[in-house]
This record gives sequence, C-alpha cells and structure tokens, in this order.
Amino acid sequence: MNSLSERPLTAMIDLAGPPPDCAAYGNAGGWQGTRKALKTLTPDEVISMVTRSRLRGRGGAGFPTGLKWSTVPKDPASKRRKYLVANADEMEPGTFKDRILMEGNPLQLVEGMLLAGYAIQASHGIIFLRGEYFLAHQRLQHAIDEARHLGWLGENILGTGFSFDIDLHSSGGRYICGEATALLTALEGSRAVPRGKLPPSQISGLWGAPSVVNNVETLCNISHIVTHGPEWFDGLGTGADSGTKLYGVSGRVCRPGFWELPMGTPLRDLIEVHAGGMKSGYALRALLPGGASTPFVDAADIDIPMDYDSIKKVGGRLGTGMAILLDDRTCPVGMLRNLEHFFAQESCGWCTPCRDGLPWVERLLDALEDGTGTEDDIEQLMRHARILGSPGRTFCAHAPGAMAPLASGLALFRDDFTAHLTGHGCPLHHAA
Amino acid sequence: MSTADLPLPDDLRQEILTLAGSEHRPRAASVSALRLVQARFRWISDRHLAEVAQLLNMSTADLDGVATYFNLLFRKPVGQHVFMICDSVCCWIMGCKDLSDHLCKKLNIRPGETTPDGAITLLPIVCLGHCDRAPVMLFDETVHEDVDTAALDRLIAEAQETPR
Amino acid sequence: MVTFHLDGKACESRPGLNLLQACLEAGANLPYFCWHPELGSVGACRQCAVRQFSSPEDQTGRVVMACMMPVTEGTRISISDPEAAELRESVVEWMMINHPHDCPVCEEGGECHLQDMTVMTGHHTRRYRFTKRTHRNQDLGPFVKHEMNRCIACYRCVRFYRDYAGGKDLAAFGSHDSVYFGRAEDGTLENAFSGNLVEICPTGVFTDKPFSEVYTRKWDMRGAPSVCVHCAVGCNIIVNSRQETVRRVLNRYNGEVNRYMLCDRGRFGYGFVNAPSRIRTPLLRVDGQHVSVSEQDAMAAFARFVGDGKIFGIASSRASLESSFSLRELVGEEQFSTGETQQAQNCMDLARTLLQSHPGHIPTLHNMESADAVLVLGEDVCATAPRLGLALRQSVRQASFHAADEANVPRWLDEAVRTLGTDCPSALYILTPAPTDLDEIALESSRAAPDTIARIGFAVAHLIDPTAPAVPDLSTSDTGLAQRIATLLGTAERPLVISGMQYGSPALMQAAANIAAALARTKPQAGLSLSLPDCNSMGLAMIGGVPLEAVIDKAVAGEISTLVIMENDLARHLDPVSLSELMNAVPNVVVIDHTASSCSERADLVLPAAAFTECVGTLVNQEGRAQRFFPAVVATPPVRPAWRWMTAIAPHCAEQKPRQDLVNWEHEDDIMAAMGRGIPALAGAVNAAPGSSYRFHSGKIRNETSRMSGRTVIRSHVSVRDQPPPPSPETPFRNSMEGTYGPDLPGALIPYFRAPAWNSVQSLTRFQQEIAGPLRGGDGGVRLLRDHSPSQPGITEDVTTVYHYGADIPPPFLPRNGEILLLPETRLFGSEELSMHSPPVVARSSPAVLRLPETDVRPDRIELRIQDVSYLLPVQSMPGLAHGVAVYPAHMTIPAFAFPRLVPLNAIKPDHTDGGAS
Ligand SMILES: Cc1cc2nc3c(=O)[nH]c(=O)nc-3n(C[C@H](O)[C@H](O)[C@H](O)COP(=O)(O)O)c2cc1C
Ligand code: SF4
Ligand code: FES
Repeated sequence: MNSLSERPLTAMIDLAGPPPDCAAYGNAGGWQGTRKALKTLTPDEVISMVTRSRLRGRGGAGFPTGLKWSTVPKDPASKRRKYLVANADEMEPGTFKDRILMEGNPLQLVEGMLLAGYAIQASHGIIFLRGEYFLAHQRLQHAIDEARHLGWLGENILGTGFSFDIDLHSSGGRYICGEATALLTALEGSRAVPRGKLPPSQISGLWGAPSVVNNVETLCNISHIVTHGPEWFDGLGTGADSGTKLYGVSGRVCRPGFWELPMGTPLRDLIEVHAGGMKSGYALRALLPGGASTPFVDAADIDIPMDYDSIKKVGGRLGTGMAILLDDRTCPVGMLRNLEHFFAQESCGWCTPCRDGLPWVERLLDALEDGTGTEDDIEQLMRHARILGSPGRTFCAHAPGAMAPLASGLALFRDDFTAHLTGHGCPLHHAA
Repeated sequence: MSTADLPLPDDLRQEILTLAGSEHRPRAASVSALRLVQARFRWISDRHLAEVAQLLNMSTADLDGVATYFNLLFRKPVGQHVFMICDSVCCWIMGCKDLSDHLCKKLNIRPGETTPDGAITLLPIVCLGHCDRAPVMLFDETVHEDVDTAALDRLIAEAQETPR
Repeated sequence: MVTFHLDGKACESRPGLNLLQACLEAGANLPYFCWHPELGSVGACRQCAVRQFSSPEDQTGRVVMACMMPVTEGTRISISDPEAAELRESVVEWMMINHPHDCPVCEEGGECHLQDMTVMTGHHTRRYRFTKRTHRNQDLGPFVKHEMNRCIACYRCVRFYRDYAGGKDLAAFGSHDSVYFGRAEDGTLENAFSGNLVEICPTGVFTDKPFSEVYTRKWDMRGAPSVCVHCAVGCNIIVNSRQETVRRVLNRYNGEVNRYMLCDRGRFGYGFVNAPSRIRTPLLRVDGQHVSVSEQDAMAAFARFVGDGKIFGIASSRASLESSFSLRELVGEEQFSTGETQQAQNCMDLARTLLQSHPGHIPTLHNMESADAVLVLGEDVCATAPRLGLALRQSVRQASFHAADEANVPRWLDEAVRTLGTDCPSALYILTPAPTDLDEIALESSRAAPDTIARIGFAVAHLIDPTAPAVPDLSTSDTGLAQRIATLLGTAERPLVISGMQYGSPALMQAAANIAAALARTKPQAGLSLSLPDCNSMGLAMIGGVPLEAVIDKAVAGEISTLVIMENDLARHLDPVSLSELMNAVPNVVVIDHTASSCSERADLVLPAAAFTECVGTLVNQEGRAQRFFPAVVATPPVRPAWRWMTAIAPHCAEQKPRQDLVNWEHEDDIMAAMGRGIPALAGAVNAAPGSSYRFHSGKIRNETSRMSGRTVIRSHVSVRDQPPPPSPETPFRNSMEGTYGPDLPGALIPYFRAPAWNSVQSLTRFQQEIAGPLRGGDGGVRLLRDHSPSQPGITEDVTTVYHYGADIPPPFLPRNGEILLLPETRLFGSEELSMHSPPVVARSSPAVLRLPETDVRPDRIELRIQDVSYLLPVQSMPGLAHGVAVYPAHMTIPAFAFPRLVPLNAIKPDHTDGGAS
C-alpha cells in the first residue's frame, strides 16, 4: 500500500529493520531527484518547482518553502558561505514524526538537504538534532558517512561542480532550540536565545551568513517533488494544501501511532480509522491537533480536515499534525498544568512576559489543582492567556504557543475550572 | 580524588580541538565538547569546564553560561546510571506520575537525586518523542516505551548490577 | 527630519531613530529597561510597548516594541493605547514577582530606574501570591556589590560588560525564570570598567561597594561637576558629598569625551581625598619632627624662609592650571619648574607641538569610536588612558556598522548588527613591547622594543607619503608589517594613529605624527592622539618651565634658598640620589599638597592644599581640552586651594617681585584672566566653564536636590537651628537645595541628573539635545589646540606651526649582551599616584613582578641593581614579550622608575644557583 507515489515519505520506511543503505535507497527510487536537479536543472528551477508544488513548512508555521528559499541572496556558493540547516530538534510534546523519518530513512533527509542546498547554493549543510535522539543520531551519521563515501556528499557531486556536505549537530537539549533563530544561536555555541526577525536568517543567519532553516519533514519531501514534479505533489493533497503529511495520534486510543496520509485528511479518520478509536471506557473530550502549542479542538469538531486553513476554522492550528487526545477521564486542568509547566521550564529567559508570566500561570494552575485556587486566579489565567497569547508581546512565538492550549482550554473547560474552585481541588483526584 | 578533578585525558583534548577546528569558530563546538566530556565522566566538573573553555578560546563564565542553559548537560555529579522519565503531556496522560512515584519510593530518592550507593540518578525529562508508546523513559541512552512498574523494577535491577 | 504622529500629535524626529528614541526626544515618558543609548536595542524586556498604525485609516494597529521599530515619515503610534499600557504595566508586575520589596534598604532607592518605571507604568498592587525565588549573591571584589534577587533580567549587564567592554568573567547562567547574572564563581570582577555596572543596571543588583560604606540617599547629597584626576583623558565626573565628606563618584556625560562610561580607576580612585594620608594642617619641622602649627605660625615660618634669599617653585602635572600658574606668578618665570625631568618634559612639549602642528585632526574620544582604522604605536592605552582603550574597542565595530548600513539594518539593532558583523575584520593594529588588553580584538598585534616600533612607524609614514623620511635597513618582516599597516590606514576614511609617552620615546610620538600627517594629505579626518601621563600634563606643557635637572643644578650652585614644591611627589620623578642631592642643597623646603608623600615628609614646612573635590580648578586633557572641576565639599581652613596659599604668601615675597595682581586675586576668575594675559595659549581656558558670575535663569544653581532632607538634623547635636548654607562665591553654585536647576544647564555645570519622573541616571536623555548627542547646554570644556579639521570654535592657540616630517629615526633596538632594556609597565591599578591612596584601588593592585621574555632564564626572584640600590624582585615570564626587554611596573617599588633604562644584565642573577645558567 505504501507506494512511493502515494506515500512518498514513508514508502521506504520499515521500522522493524535497519534503514535502507545508499544502494537500497537508490534501488527503491532514491537519488533520482539529485541526478535530475544537479544535471538538468538550475538552482532557480529547483526553487521554482518547490514553489509550484505549494509545499508549506512542516515545522509548525506552514511557511511556503519555495518563497523562503527565493529570498536567499543569489551569489554562487563559491563566493559566499551559505547554510542549509535541517531543524531536527523536535521537542514539541506529542510530536515524533521527524524521528520516524530520520530513523526510518535517513538518506531521504540527506537527499532533501542536498537538493535544498543546491537550490539555494549553500556551501554547508547542518542537521540540528535533538540530543535525546541517540538512535537517529547513529543512523544519520552512518547515512552521511556512506553518502559521502559514495560521492553523494562532498566536493564536486556527480561531477557537476556542486559541492555540499552535511554536519550533524547534537543539541544540549532545550525546546527553544527548535525556534529557527534560537537554533542558529545554539549552533554558534551560545545560549540558545532567539534572535530578531530582521534581517531574516535567509540574509543574515548562522555567523551572519545567509541561512535557511527547514523542518526535517519539509526537506524529506524535496527529492520527491523534484523527481515527480510539482503537479504530482500538489495532487497528493485532498484539500487546499498539497502533498502528504505525517499525522500522529497519542492518548487513550486503541492504536496510537503515525501515518502518512494526504494533506487534509479529516481528524475523525485519523482518530477513528487509523488510531482505531478511543479505548473502551474512554470518550474523546478534546484534542490538541498538532502538538502542545496548538489550541484545543472540541471533540464535536473532528470532522474538520487537517490542513493549514481548515483546522483554524474550529480554533485549532495544524502545528506538527501530531494530535494529543484528551479523554473524559483525564482532568483538563491537570493537563494544562502539565503543559504550562513544560512551557514555563522551557522558556529561554530572555523576555519578561514569557520568563516571568509562564511560571505564574503554572502556579495558578497548581493552586487550582491543589484546591487553593480562587476566583481571581481564573481571571489572572485569562489575563495571561490574552496578553501573552497576542502577537508581538513576547520576543518569539514560544509564549503565544504556550497560551494556545490555555486560552482555548479556559473557554472549553470552564466548568472544570469552576469545579476545581467549588470542590477545592481536582474532582478526578478526589474520585481516584 | 575523583576523576573529575583530574585533567582531561589527552585523547579527549585532541578530539575537542579537532571538533573546534572544523567549526567556523571554536565556540561552535561548545555543546558537542561538553557532551564528549560528559560521555566520559558522566558530568562536567568545574575543572573540566575550565579546560574545555580554554580549548575553545572561551572564558569559563561564557562556557558555563552555555553549560547551565541546556537540560542535558550535567554540572553536578550523577549516578552510574541516569533514569529520565518523561513528564510531558502524553506520558502524563498515560500515567508517568505513577512511575516516578514508584521509582522514588523504591529508591528512596526524589527526582533530581542520586541513590546513596551512587547507582541511579532520577531526573525528569521533557517529551522524548515516542508519544504513541507512552509512558516513555530514557535509561542512559536507551529509550524504553510503554513503561510500567514491572519494567521499572527490571531496569533498577539491571542498573544496580552493571556499574558504568 | 521626519514627522511622526504620537497619540494624534505631530512630532518631529531625526530619521533613522527607533520609536523609543523618537518618543523620548519628543519629550514623552515611555518606559524601557533593556534599551540603552550606547548598547542599542534588543527587545528583551518588552517594556516599551506602543501601538503602531500602518496608515491614517488603520484603526486596529498592532502592539510593537518601540525600541525595535524605526521611525519613518508618517509613522503613527500611540503610547496611551490601553492594551499597550496594560502590557507595560504587566511587564513591571512580572518583574516584581521575584523582586524583593526592599526599597527602604536598597541602595538604589531614590535613583532606581525600576522605581521610576513602576510609577510610570502605574503598577501598584501585587496580585502574585506565590513564593519568590531567591538567589545567592557573590562577592565581586572591592568595587561592586551584588544582590541578585533584585535582578529583573534585562541583560544590560552582560551586554555592557561582555559585548561593549570586552569583559570575560560576567555571564548569564541558567534559564527560564532562574537566570543568574554573575561570575562563574565568587571573585573580583576583572574588567577595567566593572564600575559602570552600577549605572548600567537599572535596579540595585550591582551597586557601588565603597559608597555603600558611607551610604546616603541620592537626594541627600550635594553634587559637583568635576573632572577625573587619575589620567590625562579627562573624563567628566560628578562628585557626590554629604556632611562635607566625599561619598562617591559618578559618570558625568560629556558627548565628546567619556559619554556614558568611566574606568574603575576613575570611579574608585577618589578615596585619597578622605584618606589618612590627607594633610589637614600646616606642619613645621621642629627639631627634626613635624609638628602641627597654626596658619599664622606657618606664614611666619614662610616669611622667615623667604628672608633667606632666592625662592624657587616646582609645579606639577597633577595640579590645576590655577595652582601651577599662581606658583609661577609667585616665583617668576625663571624660577619656575614644571616638576618634570628633562626627558618627560621633552615628551610633553613634543606631544603638544606635534598635536598642534600636524595637519590632521585631533580626535575627541567620541571621534575615536568611529575611526575606521587604528594604529597604536608603542603605548598600552588600556593602562595609560583606560577610557580611550574602551573607545578603541568600539572603533573595531565600524566594519559591522558599514555592513549594517549596506543591509539597511539600523545601527541600533544591536544583535542584528553584531550577527551581520561576525566576519567583519577589525581594523586595529597594535605595536607594543608587551601584550595589551586590546590584542584580542586587534587585526594584528606585534611585539618589539620602542625604538624598533618607532622605526616601523616611520616606515609606515614613508609608505603612505614617499616624501616622509625612509627608514634605512628595515628588516623584511618589519617592512611587511609596515606595508600591511600602510595599506590598511591608507584605505580608511577616518584613520587614527595613537601613541604616547609611556616609554619616554620622542621617536614613537614623532613616528605617529609622521603617519598622521602623511595620511592627512588626502584624508582630512586622519587623526593623531598622544597619551600623556597626568590629568594636567598638557596644561603644564602649555605653561612651561624649567626641568628638574636645572633645579638641581641651581640648588647645588647655592642659588635656591627656598624651594616651594606644589602638589608634586618628586620621588616619582627623581631617583633617590638626585632627590637627596636637591633636598640637601636647599635650606628651606616648603611643600604644598593635599596628600602626604615621601617629599612632604622631608619638607621643612608643609601647607595643606585642597583636593580637587574641595576647590575650583581647570585641567587640560591630552587632546588639549580645558575642563573645570567644582567643589563638592567646602574646604575646612586651614586647608585651602594651593593658589590661595600663593596669594597669602605673596606679600612675604616682596623681594621676588611677584606679579602685582597676585595679591589682589580673589576668585578663580581673576587667575584665569591673569593667565589669559600671561600665557596666550591658555587664554581660552577661561571658557572651560562659565565663571562665578554666571547665573542660570537669573539665579545661582543649586547643587543639592530640591528633596535634600535633614539639613537641620545633621547638626542637631549642636543646634536645631537652620544654618545658612556655606557660601560659594567662586562658583555659580549655591551649596543648597535652593537655587535654579534644569535640563538646559551648561554641560560644565550639571551637578546631578534628575528630571520629573526620572530620578535615575536615565534622566540624562532629558539633558541631551538628542539622545547620545551633545548636552542641551553644550558639552563642557573648551579645546585649546587648533584642530585642522573642520573649523572649530573657541580655539585660542596662536602658534601656527607648519608640520615638518620628523627624521630622527632611531637605530633598531638589538638585544644586548650583558644588558637588558627595562621598560615601565603602566598599570590600571598601582602605578597612578593618587588612586593608590584609595583603599579599594589598593585592594585591586597586585604585587609588582619583573616580567621577562619566555625564553629567558627564569628563576623565581632576581636581584636588580639600579643606581647602586639593589632590588630583589619576583619574576614571571611573559609570553610574547619582545627579546632583550623586561617590564616592571612604573612607580611601584623602584622609585622614579617611569621611563625605560638599560640595566646591566650581569647584575641580574638568580638567588638560587640552581635556578638556571648565568
Ligand atoms: C518555541 C518553538 C519551537 C519550535 N520547535 C521546532 C522544532 O522542534 N522543529 C521544527 O522543525 N520547527 C520548530 N519550530 C518552528 C521553527 O521556528 C521554524 O518555523 C521551522 O523550523 C521552519 O521550517 P519549515 O519552514 O520547514 O517548517 C519551533 C518554533 C517555536 C516558536
Ligand atoms: S517568548 Fe521570550 S523568553 Fe520566551 S522563549 Fe521566546 S524569547 Fe525566550
Ligand atoms: S526597551 Fe524595548 S524591549 Fe526593552
């Protein structure tokens, strides 16, 4: 069923065994895009293909990939250092798609980076890998070494004069490193504090050189787009967006997991068909559709297609496309407390609202759970959700991300909050 | 005298210098170098930090600012084995709190502490990216999925029997 | 100018500013923390929120950080917007979560930017009801106190200390709501500018430790505009006092000189004025012992001395123009010595001549910050002129500013500019005998003996202008170096050459001037700066006088019966043998000084002089800028300004025929007038500050804040009646809280900075014409040296000299057999005279060691014989030190060791025979 033309990202992935080596990868259709691009396409033509494919970034923000690449200064790599960075930090709670791609088929990422690097005429490729992904590290390093050995990386690839190599960087571990500019700061060996958005990294990124940061999944699509063409890729999506998406479901379902499906697959299909529905004895209350930093979507709204724009209509955000389900026997206030603990702890400490606002939020939720909450606490939570959740209040999108589940949760689970006040603590705790 | 008070071994120094040399600026190797030290000594002592700083042409304060920033870099000694239990949302839903309570009770330590025999350190960790198989934990560098108390007991036994 | 709309009102702004600057310049009160005019914007604190509308039609707009957005024509913003206001209030509320409510005991209280901003944002009720996190504080050494719990994490400290001042030992540790700013471990902050943390930190994390010992509230202190006396740069300071004792020194902004920063020697060196070494009464030698006597007895003794015959005066490079000039008027030009050795005086004179005759520019410190290529020729400016070193640190950022300009990134967008500038090479060359702190940011630094460096300098000049003299027999490597430097300077727009008299070498300064002159042929902005040793070295050079050697000759010839030594410890200039020769040859030695020295100990009569904190005086800094200091403390008789001793003595010196008007001088103004007539080169100095008759808004200026409290309480143990404030006829000030004050005060007369709603030093923006620009009342001081670059007002220099290339090229220095060239190492803490009477500075000075090149034999101690005195000195090797030379701190243990000397190597022998070969 997993054919390369329908499920391009996972077609070669079989987690039961080791990932394909260079030869197996080539036999199964790999390296075609590289041959095609390096030998027959100009860098601009590759960018144009990606633009026409309407590929949008899979790191969460959904930024059009072709557009990002086209803002990189055009001088050839020989004239200037440029970096292509794969964002493999993947620390968004609930998310594990990039790990699957890297453990399952590391060469797909290598080839995607090679093509992206060719498109922007980068001289250096870097994979910024989260520090806890030991297996992915081992497999990526092996793939890079093998590819280099066989001439897919290094000087003068395929005799075309294009040179590109990949370094693997293992993170010291912090969620904010996934934020594209903080990632660059981390790569420079400094405290991973985000940078301003101007000028964009594409103009002044790593060490002040033009740099493109793309998510692993985004990059894994590139070889397929180049091989099969933008129209094919566009046709893969069922809704407004193009391509396939690695979706995932975790929580109390029968078969938690991940699936590569057409972009725009309805949430209901994910939960009921692919994940096998809720475990017996549990009902779905709500879910975070795309990781911890996306707003709650009510169980009633799961007929919505999972693409960038549709999910917004029910107040959600596609995010990473990896859903976390809240069942009826789990306390939503407790879940929010857990989430806000994560965000407060992972704040980089640079800007005031996030650094000092999130711990306050966490403590308010603690108090509600402990039974020491007050009416005013809920006011304060709403105030924080409102202020920190609005754009531009904090330096980066970490705090707005943190407020997404809180703001939506305060609206959706108002009764639960009240019950925590009147019942002096968590009703589910008392029940247990 | 613990090994953390001894100078860095030459091969490690050399490895760090090579790393540094391959970067655009030596400091780019800071996290990698500290991870190398940690891989060897399990934690980063003041002495080792200062030595690495020197190799990377950074000040000690500068490098310590980096070292204290990241979750996976240990600036205090840890036990022979590190248990890191994911406490993020999916694992929380799937009951990680019970696991950590079980460990604490069994080992008679709190999260962040090391057993008196120095065998096990228990640390909380954020989402490990195996959410479909929650609860999840990291035993040194190995991930364990669908962890339950029985699995924990096996791992404790293993940790106590195999010093690193 | 562009027009922008602030809450519906049209305002003018300079283009290129950020909105925060534009609002502040428009007079609006917009709170901020992380932005600093000198450090730029980073958007960390989120305090400066405003709403910005994209067009007149846009009713929604969006909340932005004013410090991160440029002002452009037609920009529409609102400060009063409720959401922006709510965010601003919330930001303070968040900062207050962990901030201790310790204002009543916090030393920042009353001048705390956080207090001001709290009031400005309207936050007043605590809603956070959980526990605060607490931190452990560190001992950061003798200068700076640390109280981390007060931290609001604006990141200013590390941005200043590390990014701006190049400090290594302060960093941010940890993350989220537990970021810690401090050192890796307890210990002294090592950077030379650590004291600025006190002013950079917007709250009470870093405070002034010596001040803490004698703490009093800002509003309870008198302030005096003053000038630092600890080197020749002439940084402007405010001296704060209470109960007629000096409590602390603060930076006083001068747009052309020190701007926002002082070095630690300047900030903490004032302790000599309160030290036990102060001379507070006249001392007369009776039976070999000094006894304290009355003024009358002292005068009588003096009259007796004068009766003996010829009187001779020795001035000083650390005394004011007023004091030195009055001494000259007392004793007459022929009997007046500069108090410098021939070698020092030659250097000072040469510096003055070169500066006024070379055809280029005499840059101010602020100009130096924008020099786009700098050559430092044989001077460790970080030690001899520390604040200048800090200016050079900024100059190396020019390339990144150009990169930013090209990328259309405003220069205030700090992190973006630094990122863009990652690979922009610095344009700084350093040629010195020993390593310097600036080496780490230099494009190239090279070590050689002074003469060799001078030769390279001459060669550079010749390469730039072939008509400049060529250097014969230059080594290939030196030629290569000279070529690289010549190319770099030659391609710059505003090149700068810096040298000085640290090594007593005219050749070095001459070579520097040759280069500057060669450059100036095509670049009017080419600059020359020469460092001098003391706060009034340049002023003294302008007054002139005979060198000490001539005084000794006269004394030995019996031509001096009374020697008046004013504010000069001759032991720093004359070796013990010569000094004894002089002292023994003169029957009557009178010392007028504020601080005891080995010289005053040998005097027959000692008269107590006022220190710079107790009187008015004028100093000329190394760029020829005359600046005036004013008293913070009323001198208690018999202590008085040295010149007042002269006028008192004058009637007793009828035989000397002192200038007629000396006896009639009443005010400092009178001296300045007389000096202008007597020394035309100094005529302009009168304009260093407005005179005593100046009135601000028709009144005298109050030098105490309107909130001064407890005026009667202080004396309550004596009487509770209000006392009239001590008069200050010589100044435009009233020693009182009553008087005039305002942001338009002349820069030279600002006693403290405060504006409505702005009690901290941040109120400075209200005193500037434009942010980081000149003060509204004009930057203080007046330049006396003619600057050949664009016309410059106020110049009175009448000597028009034509520059001729100097051709006195020394032969190359060759390491000698049997001799080593011992060079003076100037130290930030240790070699300067006055600051070494200040306990915190003494605590920061490390013991003197002899440093030898790494290759030389290195026992632990070496015995050195200098002029028959032998010194047993501890030894260290110094990597990078030029061959054949050794360095030893100037003025620390070897008396009068200020300039290089050849020391017989055979006299250097290890005390352990197994320490190495001979
Ligand atoms: C707090 C935070 C964490 C993020 N973490 C990740 C991450 O782990 N992986 C990732 O690809 N993008 C992450 N992003 C998004 C990146 O900033 C960036 O948008 C993305 O890497 C761009 O790649 P794309 O265009 O291919 O999606 C994060 C953003 C924020 C604000
Ligand atoms: S919102 Fe601010 S403190 Fe939070 S992670 Fe971003 S920059 Fe750091
Ligand atoms: S002053 Fe603007 S964000 Fe700090």
